[in-house]
Amino acid sequence: MIYREAGDFKTSYQADSQTFPIKFDRYGYYLVLFAAFLVVPFVIDDYWVNSVFLPFLIYAIAAIGLNILVGYCGQVSLGTGGFMAVGAYACYKLMTAFPDVNIFFLVIVSGAITAVVGALFGLPSLRIKGFYLAVATLAAQFFLVWLFNRVPWFYNYSASGQISAPERTVFGVPVTGAETSAWAPYMFCLVFVFLSAIVARNLTRGSVGRKWMAIRDMDIAAEIIGVDPLKAKLSAFAVSSFFVGIAGALFFGVYLGAIEVGEAFGIDKSFLVLFMVIIGGLGSIFGSFAGAAFLVLLPVLLKNTLVGGLGWPTDLAAHLELVIVGALIIVFLVAEPHGIAQLWRVTKQKLRLWPFPH
Amino acid sequence: MPEQVLWGMEVFLNGLMTGVLYALVALGFVLIFKASGIFNFSQGVMALFAALTLVGIMEGQVPFAHMINATFGTSVHDFGWNVPAVGAILLTMGVMVALAWLVNHFIFRHLVGQEPIILFMATIGLAYFLEGFGDIMWGSDIKELDVGLPQGINGTIDEFTYNLFGYGFFIDNLDLWATFVATLLVIALVLFAQYSKHGRAMRAVADDHQAALSVGISLKFIWVMVWSLAGFVALVAGIMWGTKSGVQFSLSLIALKALPVLMLGGFTSIPGAIVGGLIIGVGEKMFEFIVGPMVGGATENWFAYVLALIFLVFRPQGLFGEKIIERV
Repeated sequence: MIYREAGDFKTSYQADSQTFPIKFDRYGYYLVLFAAFLVVPFVIDDYWVNSVFLPFLIYAIAAIGLNILVGYCGQVSLGTGGFMAVGAYACYKLMTAFPDVNIFFLVIVSGAITAVVGALFGLPSLRIKGFYLAVATLAAQFFLVWLFNRVPWFYNYSASGQISAPERTVFGVPVTGAETSAWAPYMFCLVFVFLSAIVARNLTRGSVGRKWMAIRDMDIAAEIIGVDPLKAKLSAFAVSSFFVGIAGALFFGVYLGAIEVGEAFGIDKSFLVLFMVIIGGLGSIFGSFAGAAFLVLLPVLLKNTLVGGLGWPTDLAAHLELVIVGALIIVFLVAEPHGIAQLWRVTKQKLRLWPFPH
Repeated sequence: MPEQVLWGMEVFLNGLMTGVLYALVALGFVLIFKASGIFNFSQGVMALFAALTLVGIMEGQVPFAHMINATFGTSVHDFGWNVPAVGAILLTMGVMVALAWLVNHFIFRHLVGQEPIILFMATIGLAYFLEGFGDIMWGSDIKELDVGLPQGINGTIDEFTYNLFGYGFFIDNLDLWATFVATLLVIALVLFAQYSKHGRAMRAVADDHQAALSVGISLKFIWVMVWSLAGFVALVAGIMWGTKSGVQFSLSLIALKALPVLMLGGFTSIPGAIVGGLIIGVGEKMFEFIVGPMVGGATENWFAYVLALIFLVFRPQGLFGEKIIERV
């Protein structure tokens, strides 16, 4: 009875093509924004920020990025970890080279650098397709991680080979480094998530996004009707890597603070983000959020119940976590190959008809 | 002859042997991919799981001992018996066949007709599952595996090359055995696929599912058979790698090494897997030997991928892959 488009009249084209055409959705969206910007920052503490909110927000950006490439443009990539590493190291080099520039801009520039690297590794996609491409992107993953490990210039010749973020402030409030209050990094990441989601949403429903989707559905047919595969594929790689690079920069600078590249941006990370995209739903921005939330919350939940509740040793719990995550992925794929986003769509459809489903 | 050249030759030979082991893993991929169109990412974890099970059975470990102890506060570890290697291998094979049946019954039966990428994701899920499951079942510590294969330097080759060049080559006996076993395995597989009834049925399924079904071939049986075969190949690979470097998590990473092998050789070709494996094995060892010292070493991590990537740009279907023809 509540969820209806009936009676929700639009009087302009602009109103008709807005992101949330149904009132209920729109108010829900405003409510979430209100809570995220004006309620959560005042109530969270360090534990919640570090184990739930920051990873969720950062992975959400990465998942949006990968979703553009995999879900919208149909180019499967397993190099996400490597591209996140590019973002992180670009951010590190920029932070140490230009200490006076606001970190906000540095993160964006890091994204841009990653976009260039991503487009470079996207070049083979013009020749290689499907699985061959997926495996080819592994070349990016392994090569980039090796590069950051072995070339001392990238980690400023530090003895440990690690990089750690110096303290930087936004409006006088520290967001990176050791001395941050819980809410500041949260707000910083939230702003990026908010902007990324808006940009991604509008890109994907505009002409660029339609070109990507045409390439995804059938690239030869798309080429025949006038979509330039070179531009479409490379732009997808670049835009996707841009977001992934931002996620990597935030992951390093704001979330972890100090990283060792093989550990933080290994092949596991590539798979984790890909899982988020698949579980959340290919070709859906909402799905990216849902998938990120799911895979960030699940381990926390499992850890709390198994280690905290049942008193199991942590290594056993970690193994069981693998089993459960693996099983859940399979169950999801069997039950709903299109992810949480599809479940949500089905629910919405049911809601519209409720309480008279026939 | 200058020493550098001799060392190079030794590295070359060792690369050849490593290549055979890569080819062994790649073979498992090709088998499943040909018969069911599933790109089985979990092949490496299957090798790990097989090796873990083998060690567990041989040493008479109690499965899930860690979990039982943690839950009930008991302290059980092993049954106190040892199973001889041959028996344990047969039992492990039984486990792998059971696994093949389970995988088909609970996963891939429900995913028939889905897009390849969905199937691929399911096998990644399976890989996670098996990895955690194997660790819970048998414990995650590094285990030694010894099924009686000879190890250490091969004296004959050492002596022979010493007499010839004045420098003895270091070739591991185990590598020689692995090469021998892998060759036997490939010959057996090819014979099976070409001349046996089930092998013919397997090729028919690989060619066209629908047509195979319509002439009365049971897809279900063939798929279980193919997964069992892949399980067998995984077991052999697990024994070889496990004897070489201990049964541990890193064993599952050889799957990642098998991927560029596949790309190079073509996903659908058994000879391709072998040739690709040899090229990658030799290539990465030689590259590390010649270029490695100049750029800081550990180039083995990425060389195979970059080689495959560059190669694919010129020949997208790999060396022996079927030509990709696309129509609108």
